[in-house]
Amino acid sequence: MSAPQIVLSTEGLVKKFGGITATGNVNLSLAQGARHALIGPNGAGKTTLINLMTGVLEPTSGRISLLGEDITRMAPEQRVNKGLVRTFQINQLFASMTPLETLAMVVSQQQGLGNRWWQPLGTHRRVVERCEELLTLFRLTEVMNQRTEVLAYGKRRLLEMAIALACEPKVLLLDEPVAGVPAGEREELLHTVAALPADVSVLLIEHDMDLVFDFATRITVLVNGAVLTEGTPQEIANDPQVKSVYLGHGEELAHV
Amino acid sequence: MDAMQHSLLRNARFKAWEPLLWLAAFAAPALLPGHALIVNEIAIVALFALSLDLVLGYAGVVSLGHAAFFGFGAYAAALFAKLVMPDPLTGLLVGIVAATLLGALCSLTILRGSDLTRLMVTLGMALILLELANKLDWLTGGSDGLQGVIMGPLLGRFEFDLTGQTAAWYSLTVLALWFVLARRWVHSPFGATLKAVRDNPLRAMAIGIAVHRRLAVIYTLAAGVAGAAGALLAQTSGFASLDLFALDRSADVMMMLVIGGVGWLYGGVFGAVVFKLLHDVISSITPQYWTFWIGLFLVVLVLVGRDRLLKPWQWFGAGKATPGASQ
Repeated sequence: MSAPQIVLSTEGLVKKFGGITATGNVNLSLAQGARHALIGPNGAGKTTLINLMTGVLEPTSGRISLLGEDITRMAPEQRVNKGLVRTFQINQLFASMTPLETLAMVVSQQQGLGNRWWQPLGTHRRVVERCEELLTLFRLTEVMNQRTEVLAYGKRRLLEMAIALACEPKVLLLDEPVAGVPAGEREELLHTVAALPADVSVLLIEHDMDLVFDFATRITVLVNGAVLTEGTPQEIANDPQVKSVYLGHGEELAHV
Repeated sequence: MDAMQHSLLRNARFKAWEPLLWLAAFAAPALLPGHALIVNEIAIVALFALSLDLVLGYAGVVSLGHAAFFGFGAYAAALFAKLVMPDPLTGLLVGIVAATLLGALCSLTILRGSDLTRLMVTLGMALILLELANKLDWLTGGSDGLQGVIMGPLLGRFEFDLTGQTAAWYSLTVLALWFVLARRWVHSPFGATLKAVRDNPLRAMAIGIAVHRRLAVIYTLAAGVAGAAGALLAQTSGFASLDLFALDRSADVMMMLVIGGVGWLYGGVFGAVVFKLLHDVISSITPQYWTFWIGLFLVVLVLVGRDRLLKPWQWFGAGKATPGASQ
């Protein structure tokens, strides 16, 4: 089996906030079509790592490459246009717009129509066609004309992911997609995560171990900003170090 | 599919009441020739409010110094008429271009920072221009204002008369043209990306929108619109003075927009009509205390909410929101 192409990688990535090292020398590679999970206790620096990759934060040192190109200093929106797209742990949506408008806007932007000022949104059939696919895939058709701010939490969570997919990502960073979703709406969300296109490489950050072990073919464990270990789900499940980290974490939680 | 396209395009379509409104506006100077001057004033401030709405309502950029562009356009047009040529349309174009350039320059100052920073920066810009207009009195006439601005006939045929009919139709036409253009902007993909930036700049960036560039573009465009409004005022009054840049003017236009509704193009128009008519009515009853009443009105409006104020039948019903009431 030939080694698959690496689509996203970090080399010696470091981020310091004053004296605190949030990310310490992280080397991570994501292969083409990967289903890769990033786990670790609270405060391990998972979200910081995502913010570094997407350009919200600038690294103190180290290098980030996307599809062979150095993107360490590239503006966030340019990274998106190169195919690196994320979702947010806390929904980041457009409250006053409907799901249909939101997706039509994102798809238009993605198709290079974002500067069109003379035609109404939705003039182009191919924009509307893509919206229809996405609304169906994410089961948002019923609520497509309601303002986002009045949608049920689960629906908003789905829209959060639909927006990311509307950007036609090559690499998708999912930041805790099922966080806070009530049991009744969970199934729908898990289904859509499983149904993500196979050619999209996915890095999943998640606390929910059922989802991680269902979804991922590779797992990286992050502790205190550094990579503790990386391996297949089998290897990670049997790793004594990982067990101790999570057990310790579990005890902490029990005391809260 | 068609249903989706239909519901996307629905917002961009003209409603049945809109032509009637414009028809009434254009008929007003003929039907009420004694009120043509106030129609002219309303059209001008409506255009100014439209400009602020593009910035505040659609891009979420607060501004307490929008009069900077209004005044700049006004002085540019007045100076052009006085020093170069009296043709109104060329002068209007000069006012628009001047304010647009100023807007492009100022747009660099509003990109970063919080709402408070923006309020202060925009306020500061207007103050700087006010003081410049005051100091450069060899050019602007300083605190006496720029006098002796005499306009030529519109299109070489229609003289600006004392009744203000020509002025009213001129301003209404310019307002209508900008309105149609602004309408295109806000309902386009470009306009949708602006709303995205307004609603959530973090996410807008995360879907590939160059947030700063978007803000700079709309701020610049809106400055041009404000410049057009200023130019109209200078041309139809034959005068430009320091109060064009005054804080009152920036505050008034924000009040109008809040009265009429932010983030809705007719908000500025209706706000301007209500504000000017209230001004006229109240100051004819109590000339000195009209600001008290407009202040009270504003407080009640904002605290109670426009929707509830305009729909008293909902006061005692179940608190069910009406979907899609705007935009």
